[in-house]
Amino acid sequence: MATNTQIPVEVPIEDQRAPVIEPGHTFSTIGEKVSNIVMKRPVSLGWVFGFLVMFSLTNMLLMAMGYLFLKGTGIWGITIPIGWGFAIINFVWWIGIGHAGTLISAILALLRQSWRNSINRFAEAMTLFAVACAGIFPLIHTGRPWLAYWMFPYPNSMNYWPQFRSPLIWDVFAVSTYGTISLVFWFVGLIPDLATMRDRAEKPAIRRIFGMLAMGWRGSARHWHRYETAYLLLAGLATPLVLSVHTVVSFDFAVSIVPGWHTTIFPPYFVAGAIYSGFAMVLCLAIPIRAVYSMEDFITMRHLENSGKVMLATGLIVAYGYGIEAFMGWYSGNTFDSFLLWNRLHGPYAPWYWSLLASNIFIPQLLWLKKFRTSTFWLWVISLIVLVGMWLERFIIIVVSLHRDFLNSAWGMYYPTKWDWMTYIGTIGMFLTLMWLFVRVLPMVSIAELRTLLPEAHVHEAEEVHK
Amino acid sequence: MSATSLENPIYGLMAEFDTPQELLTAAEKTHGAGYKQIDAFSPFPVEGLADAIGFHKNSVSLVVLIFGIIGGLSGYLLQYYVSVISYPTNIGGRPYHSWPSFIIVTFELTILLGGISAAVGMLALNGLPMPYHPVFNVPEFARASDDKFFLVVFSTDPNYDAARTREFLRGLAPRTISEVPA
Repeated sequence: MATNTQIPVEVPIEDQRAPVIEPGHTFSTIGEKVSNIVMKRPVSLGWVFGFLVMFSLTNMLLMAMGYLFLKGTGIWGITIPIGWGFAIINFVWWIGIGHAGTLISAILALLRQSWRNSINRFAEAMTLFAVACAGIFPLIHTGRPWLAYWMFPYPNSMNYWPQFRSPLIWDVFAVSTYGTISLVFWFVGLIPDLATMRDRAEKPAIRRIFGMLAMGWRGSARHWHRYETAYLLLAGLATPLVLSVHTVVSFDFAVSIVPGWHTTIFPPYFVAGAIYSGFAMVLCLAIPIRAVYSMEDFITMRHLENSGKVMLATGLIVAYGYGIEAFMGWYSGNTFDSFLLWNRLHGPYAPWYWSLLASNIFIPQLLWLKKFRTSTFWLWVISLIVLVGMWLERFIIIVVSLHRDFLNSAWGMYYPTKWDWMTYIGTIGMFLTLMWLFVRVLPMVSIAELRTLLPEAHVHEAEEVHK
Repeated sequence: MSATSLENPIYGLMAEFDTPQELLTAAEKTHGAGYKQIDAFSPFPVEGLADAIGFHKNSVSLVVLIFGIIGGLSGYLLQYYVSVISYPTNIGGRPYHSWPSFIIVTFELTILLGGISAAVGMLALNGLPMPYHPVFNVPEFARASDDKFFLVVFSTDPNYDAARTREFLRGLAPRTISEVPA
């Protein structure tokens, strides 16, 4: 036993990877580091400048919407045959981005992936803000948004009810449930951290605000027991929900008979695409945030690399979806389907289709190489490319399928107007404004969950069990 | 209880520990010593702690099950009522009771009610929001959400006796012992 011979110790693969939390932290330093961003860190000039830029873009959105309400959807580029333009493209894009948050918080929680603990909070916040942006579009594209509540079933003097066989009504239920459950999930996760913030606050006003939000949380073992059950059940409920939302969104298309929409690959391929763009957005935000707020201890290379791997995997599923679409265009022998394939590759929108293939399929293959997966710069660039690519995917699906369908006499082209662009860029501004505020007013990583990652948090129970 | 404790009611005795392991061991010993009305506090969930204080089952899952079923049933019945009874419309020649089309809304409402009831049920069973609670009267307790771990023996416990319980808690080697005013 006690010999001096050096036995080469084999390091398990688990330990060769970057840790999920850098060593040297205690229960207290985690709380201190995360809460100090909110409580102590002075507001920097860069933050104010960024906020002003994003807030101006939000105001541009309000202007574009104001003019839309005044004039109607005629100010947009939509025409016949392209009756669905930017509004639906942006809706699908935003709701897809929202999927990463719930995937990280629900599915990875069920799979006991401990690396989710430091990115779930802001990924969930991102989900909420993305769903908020997404929700604007179906609302304003109705033409008379002040009557949008007609989509909900409620007893009314018109003796009218919604038509429950329509995917558009399913969408109303799917998206509103998704938004609500994401909010509930996020808030339940926040409660213990709000208590930490309350107890760390030095200013009475701030203590009072966090105190009200924490609702008197005191960390009782009975409370934690119910809390963990509730959290697990929420994760269990949110898991099928997150898979269902984009499935239902894809039904908006797949249930129709338009070539390019009428396909059974849509649900899985939409869900994979949603998670793909969601993780791209997580990386796009996490990389700058961890640099600016020096969160490298909590958001380690392990998180970034794993997100890169998820992107690679979901990107390949998306590539499979494109492949099947192309294969079916040829194999089905259906004139309209094979024309759609030809039109995508050679038609007037061909450059966009090729850019889509490049940004969603070819360029992300770089993530096979560890060098790219572990470089924050390249990960950020690839994520940005994927976000653009996923937007193009929705553009191709919607515009290219609609612009040349069955009858040549009904063909047309789609030209987005400045109002389309202002609305789209405006929602990006609104999304970033909300993120900008979020990182300064709430703990951006889950303090309680990070603490459970420390070795000190692990206990062993005594032999005897008390009845 | 004596007259003095009625004038200055005591909620219980609180012992403070440094690590979750110490708290867990202390909770097990206290429960084993016959104190059944106790509670433990920690900044994050500690595995087995609820068991150690004798809290084995909670009814959150039952609440979620009930509300999930209510959500699903109301979703389906609503669609049935609307599409078959109140507002029957011929959509593409489908039957009025076209159940495959009703699956999604039924599913979403199951999740919606189940999910909301998980959060609201958890808070309600925990008695939250609770603006005042005696444990916050102890200044050390501010670190219960930070890095300290607390065990409280309630004064309502039949075995509770100010002096003897304090002596017992001292035997568990806590950092501090404080009396919690109600």
